[in-house]
Amino acid sequence: MSGKPKLYYFDGRGKMESIRWLLSAAGIEFEEEFLTTREQYEKLLQDGSLLFQQVPMVEMDGMKMVQTRAILSYIAAKHNLYGKDLKERVLIDMYVEGTDDLMAFIIKFPFLSAEDKEKELANIIEKATGRYFPVYEKVLKGHGQNFLVGNRLSWADVHLLEAILMVEEKKSDVLSAFPRLQAFKANISSIPAIKKFLEPGSQRKPVPDDKYVETVRKVLRMY
Amino acid sequence: MSGKPKLHYINGRGRMETIRWLLAAAGVEFEEVYVETRDDLLRLQNSGVLMFQQVPMVEMDGMKLVQSRAICNYISAKHNLYGKDLKERVLYCINATSALKDHGKDFLVGNQLSRADVQLLEIILMAEEVKPDILAKFPVLQSFKARTSNIPTIKKFLQPGSPRKPPFDEKELPKVLKIFY
Repeated sequence: MSGKPKLYYFDGRGKMESIRWLLSAAGIEFEEEFLTTREQYEKLLQDGSLLFQQVPMVEMDGMKMVQTRAILSYIAAKHNLYGKDLKERVLIDMYVEGTDDLMAFIIKFPFLSAEDKEKELANIIEKATGRYFPVYEKVLKGHGQNFLVGNRLSWADVHLLEAILMVEEKKSDVLSAFPRLQAFKANISSIPAIKKFLEPGSQRKPVPDDKYVETVRKVLRMY
Repeated sequence: MSGKPKLHYINGRGRMETIRWLLAAAGVEFEEVYVETRDDLLRLQNSGVLMFQQVPMVEMDGMKLVQSRAICNYISAKHNLYGKDLKERVLYCINATSALKDHGKDFLVGNQLSRADVQLLEIILMAEEVKPDILAKFPVLQSFKARTSNIPTIKKFLQPGSPRKPPFDEKELPKVLKIFY
């Protein structure tokens, strides 16, 4: 037993990607077990390892944790990425919920039909530029600091960077009207642990492809 | 200004109900401002008080809180409904008979009321509204329900005249659609 957290998920982004980002930002090395067959998934179910029969699941600190947000909260709190008090924490929670809502559209995207994808792409860009990015631009402009909350790195910053990069993959100039977010992106990306995660060879997963979609559908019997 | 939290939402359960439950369980009195028309919603949006242009929004402690999960986290932590340490806290999402049985205790997490218990009771009651005998095969949950319903603050919330909202009435649907769409 290595003592490192062990992540159980598909070999792709999905709901586990935010957890990979946060562990990496905290400088925590982790192992991964990739689900590629239905049998692997059924074994996890039979072992009773999945509290609600779902992945992500992360084995960490003697626990088999499930529910993405619970896992992320735990990691954030454990590694001082959750603010210094309750007021900072509620700001982080609000910001993270916003980026989570935005990323939820993108997580679903690969599973849509070609026709729905076109409509949804427009919706994602509209939500990003009309509802979510303006909020974070305003927060950064308001206090003039490099981080969203408390003048130091928190879960909210890591999550926002992840969201920005995901939307940029869909429209590369999406930050053109958001100068603060452009600076934010450059600043946070240059933090050593995050810079390392952004380099080739890290455990960051690529944009989901058809093979990923097929694997998820097969393992979860999702047709 | 009363100092009480002020809840902005439609006059119905939706995403605000869990927040009402938690405040009630914590013994915190609150006021409600109902969004009844599209104009009400637009006014809120235009005044800049809704971070992501959405309700629920709760004014409390000098903040305008949005995102139901963030609001629930804040209330739970502030009022000690969160488990005493990190390991207990990660369990707060748990919602299963096996958790109670293995635990052998009266509460889902630790040995005191937490938001997990409050939310589980809320869900049980909502499920029973749809299917009254849904707990027939779950004796542990039945006694959980009875015990938790008897906690004074919760018992009060379950009585008529409390801020608890009734199940959604389909006749209200056109009105709600007009507000949000």
